[in-house]
Amino acid sequence: MNVTEILFWILSALAIASALMVVLSKNPVHSVLWLIMVFFAISGHYILLNAQFLFIVNLIVYAGAIMVLFLFVIMLMNLNTDTEPQKNKWLKVAGVVAGGCLMLVFVAALKSSGTQQVQMGEGNIGLIENLGKALFNEYVLPFEISSVLFLSAMVGAVVIGKKGD
Amino acid sequence: MPINYYIFLALALFCIGVAGVLTRRNAIIIFMCIELMLNAVNLLLVAFSKMHYAAAVANAPGTIVGTDAQLFVFFIMVVAAAEVSVGLAIIVMMYRNTHSIDINFLNRLKH
Repeated sequence: MNVTEILFWILSALAIASALMVVLSKNPVHSVLWLIMVFFAISGHYILLNAQFLFIVNLIVYAGAIMVLFLFVIMLMNLNTDTEPQKNKWLKVAGVVAGGCLMLVFVAALKSSGTQQVQMGEGNIGLIENLGKALFNEYVLPFEISSVLFLSAMVGAVVIGKKGD
Repeated sequence: MPINYYIFLALALFCIGVAGVLTRRNAIIIFMCIELMLNAVNLLLVAFSKMHYAAAVANAPGTIVGTDAQLFVFFIMVVAAAEVSVGLAIIVMMYRNTHSIDINFLNRLKH
C-alpha cells in the first residue's frame, strides 16, 4: 500500500463516518459540523485526484459559505435537542430499510462495473488554467446564464424572507 | 485506484443521504442530507473525469479529455448555492409562521 491508497482509505472512512453522524446526531448544530467534516474529506479526495480548482471551490463555496448560512439559520431559530421533532420508531426503521434496499440494488447493479484505473495525482485537466480556458470558450453561455440564476435566487430570497406582506 | 472503489464510496454517501431524508423530520437536516447527495454525485463525476485519462494520453500527449465533467461539477455547485439561499429563506419563513421546522406542519402552508 502506497501513500495514495492509505490516504484514500482514511478519507473514505472519515467521509462515511461523518455522513452517518450527520444523520444520527440529535443536535442540528452538531449535524452541520459533521457535514463540514464530510466536505473536508471530499475535498481531500479532490486533491488526490489532482482536481485543484474543484478542491478550492468546494472548500470556499460549500464548507465556507453554504455551511455558515446553515449555521446562521439554526442559530436564528434557537433550536436544540429538546425541540427536535422525532418520527415514530417504525417510520425510522422503514426509512433505513428503504435506504438500505436502494444501496443493495445499486451495489448489485454496479458490482461488475469495470476495474479501470483512475489517474491519481497527475494530469493537468483539474488545474485552473485548463478549466478557465474551457469555461470561457465552450461554456461561456451557461456561465453567463448562471449569473442570471444567482440574481433571481437573490431576489427570491429577499422577497421570501421579507417581514410582513 | 480502481473506479469501483469510487463508485461504492459515492453510493454509500448517497444512500446515507437518502436514509437521512426518509428518517428525519427536521427540515434543515433534510436539506443537509440533500447537500450530501449532491456532493456524492460530484465526487463520482470527478472520479469519472480521470478514468479515461491514461488511454487518452497514450494517443495524444497533452490531452484535455475529462474537462467537461469537472465543469459539470462546477455548475452543480453553482446551482446548489442558489438552491440553498432560496431554500433556507423558505425554511425561515415557515419557522416564522408555525414556530417549528417540523416538516409535518408543511401541510398548513396554505394559511
